[in-house]
Amino acid sequence: MNPLAAIGRAVLTAAAATGSLVVFAATAVGRGLIGPWYPRLVLRQMVEIGYFSLPVVGLTAIFSGMVLALQSYTGFSRFEAESAIATIVVLSMTRELGPVLAGLMVAGRVGAAMAAEIGTMRVTEQIDALTTLSTDPLRYLVFPRLIAGLLMLPLLVLVANAIGVLGGFVVSVWKLGFQPIEYINRTFEFLEPLDVISGLVKAAVFGFIVALMGCFQGYHSKGGAQGVGAATTRAVVTASILILVANYVVTELFFAR
Amino acid sequence: MSETPRLRIRGLHKRFGVKHVLRGLDLNVAAGGSTVVIGGSGTGKSVLLKCILGILQPDEGSIQVDGQELIGAAPAVVAEARARIGMLFQGGALFDSLPVWENVAFGALARRQVERRNARALAVETLAKVGLGPEVADLSPAELSGGMQKRVGLARAICTRPEMLFFDEPTTGLDPIMAEVINELIVDTVRKLGATALSITHDMGSVRRIADRVAMLYDGRIVWAGPVADLDHSGNDFVDQFVNGRAVGPIRVGAAGIGSG
Ligand SMILES: Nc1ncnc2c1ncn2[C@@H]1O[C@H](COP(=O)(O)OP(=O)(O)OP(=O)(O)O)[C@@H](O)[C@H]1O
Ligand SMILES: [Mg+2]
Repeated sequence: MNPLAAIGRAVLTAAAATGSLVVFAATAVGRGLIGPWYPRLVLRQMVEIGYFSLPVVGLTAIFSGMVLALQSYTGFSRFEAESAIATIVVLSMTRELGPVLAGLMVAGRVGAAMAAEIGTMRVTEQIDALTTLSTDPLRYLVFPRLIAGLLMLPLLVLVANAIGVLGGFVVSVWKLGFQPIEYINRTFEFLEPLDVISGLVKAAVFGFIVALMGCFQGYHSKGGAQGVGAATTRAVVTASILILVANYVVTELFFAR
Repeated sequence: MSETPRLRIRGLHKRFGVKHVLRGLDLNVAAGGSTVVIGGSGTGKSVLLKCILGILQPDEGSIQVDGQELIGAAPAVVAEARARIGMLFQGGALFDSLPVWENVAFGALARRQVERRNARALAVETLAKVGLGPEVADLSPAELSGGMQKRVGLARAICTRPEMLFFDEPTTGLDPIMAEVINELIVDTVRKLGATALSITHDMGSVRRIADRVAMLYDGRIVWAGPVADLDHSGNDFVDQFVNGRAVGPIRVGAAGIGSG
């Protein structure tokens, strides 16, 4: 009825959701650090996130690198700046595209799977069962996933960066007629450690976000298969949005000085 | 009735939003016996068990296990009380990412009652108690039939040798023969463990088979409690209607006679 009331309600809902997300994350990390730990589960999640995401992330990276080279060529040849292509490709990959694309792909692949698995455990009372068997679901289910996300996404992004640069190289050499050695030299000429490091920091943040949203939405899902489906969608959407927001914030922190 | 009851509940209230499920529930469960709570679907029987286990937080009331108050108690106290209770969930709630044997030994491993290398043997031994062979141990829960899942759930509940056992509708969804097998297992294991059992069921056959005492939950309260022998002449209209499965009686919204008996 009253538009102000509607806006107020939306703001309050968003604030409450943010609050419970922060409390959830802090509780999971706090308790998880104290232990007991489940190294076996961390390892399993690391394989799940890192190894099994390689094909998806690799494919995304190689085509991104290729199209970057092609697009920069069409643009830069207009004022004879083609020589900047190698730099453009490597900086775009390490600083932006590597972490963001890998983050988004992993959100779709891993975040969704986490929400579905934990959500199913919630609606089938498996999470309650954990509690009755003296096992804290936050330590057992959530913390290992958060750690695995945090650790594995930077590794994935390193691989994605390399593959993306390779994609740019292939297009530049075979299609645009660049000299291989020249291109490789140019790739590293202006690349600074901070470019790579900032990308890896982003990746760690994104990995944490993906795992956190998958766990949070799954953990709070209710109402059977439909509820799990809704939780899965929410996990991917909220993780993707948060990744893009966090991307700006981290970039600002690193480069706006 | 002079000794402290194993479980003593007073004035328990639980709301979900506007839905007021438990409305001042009182219940005593004496040590060593087998109490069955009966009541219609959605009256809050499962909610009652989850409140005792601390999975749900009651809004008001008192829950004492062996004289120890749990409401408002420190998490460690609640965890310690919970560790003495084994629970068979209504839907089984087996962990489908783990093989059967790890499901069964899960509590014992979590409480370090057994080394990991001996856990499988313990699980196989416990599975034998519920009539399942060692070949089941390495299957995944998804590969089992409903009746086998109930048995594995039962094995998981008794594996830590708890002092108290909760069974939430152990025979629902099973054929009469399998239901009878499960009833027998419950009576047997409870006797062998010397445990106190608190069960929930709709199934009157099951009630007569496993109960010493019966309590009837209606409208958020225990409206009748007594020995199973009194079930057929309880003098309580709710119990009469429920036991005989009549459509007509006080258990109908707006019907007269509430509070009689
Ligand atoms: N987590 C929850 N959130 C909201 N409502 C709930 C929740 N758990 C239970 N309820 C509600 O509480 C009421 C009692 O539920 P409960 O599962 O205890 O019923 P029950 O007596 O065990 O029924 P049944 O015999 O069908 O298992 C139901 O109306 C249910 O909708
Ligand atoms: Mg129930």
